[in-house]
Amino acid sequence: MSPRAACRLQTLGFTRVYDYVLGKADWLAYGLPTEGEQANVPRAKDLLRQDVATARVDERVSAVRQRVARSPYGFALVLAQDRTLLGRLGKAALEGNPDAAAQQVMEPGPSTVRPDRQLADLLEPMRTHNLQAMVVTTPQGRLLGVLRRDDAERRLAQAASPDR
Amino acid sequence: MATRIDLKRLQELLADGAQLIEVLPRAEYAEEHLPGAVSLPLKELDATTATTLDRTRPVVVYCWDGL
Repeated sequence: MSPRAACRLQTLGFTRVYDYVLGKADWLAYGLPTEGEQANVPRAKDLLRQDVATARVDERVSAVRQRVARSPYGFALVLAQDRTLLGRLGKAALEGNPDAAAQQVMEPGPSTVRPDRQLADLLEPMRTHNLQAMVVTTPQGRLLGVLRRDDAERRLAQAASPDR
Repeated sequence: MATRIDLKRLQELLADGAQLIEVLPRAEYAEEHLPGAVSLPLKELDATTATTLDRTRPVVVYCWDGL
């Protein structure tokens, strides 16, 4: 739609016309602020936590274990230098060969969601699949944080009963 | 053909005073839109409605995902 609008403006004599082709979907997916009736609905970006353990690709499992033990989660996320999410170190990997590099034993391509997803939409799959947390990234896959199910449950309960 | 831009360039243009136009139907604009955007749906875009725009400033249009 926007390419046609841009072309139409040019036919009307506008000379400096730009088309933000990725549009509203892209803006929202970065968790950027919006205006309008839906701008304040609870979303993943509102409850992001930074307390998940992370690891470099070349880091040894033995070093990562300690950070996981101090975090509220039983896993670590393996990141590239620019924070692109590459993989996940789960229980089996963390309890396996302590000398292995993270990238050798990680589960590649863990599931992620974008920060603009509404909490109400995320809770259903979290309940269905008994997920305690979801990993939130930018559209380019850079880690933004973790959404915890109990946080989401609490926020939606508060929204439903604002006096509590 | 208009210049296609990404998020970074959009933010630069907005910082420089560009006007931002959402061309989706008005109901979608009312639901949620980018900060500072004005609504000018594609179906209403003609010589008359375009007079609401400032010809001296760059114009950035967007919809949902460019389709």
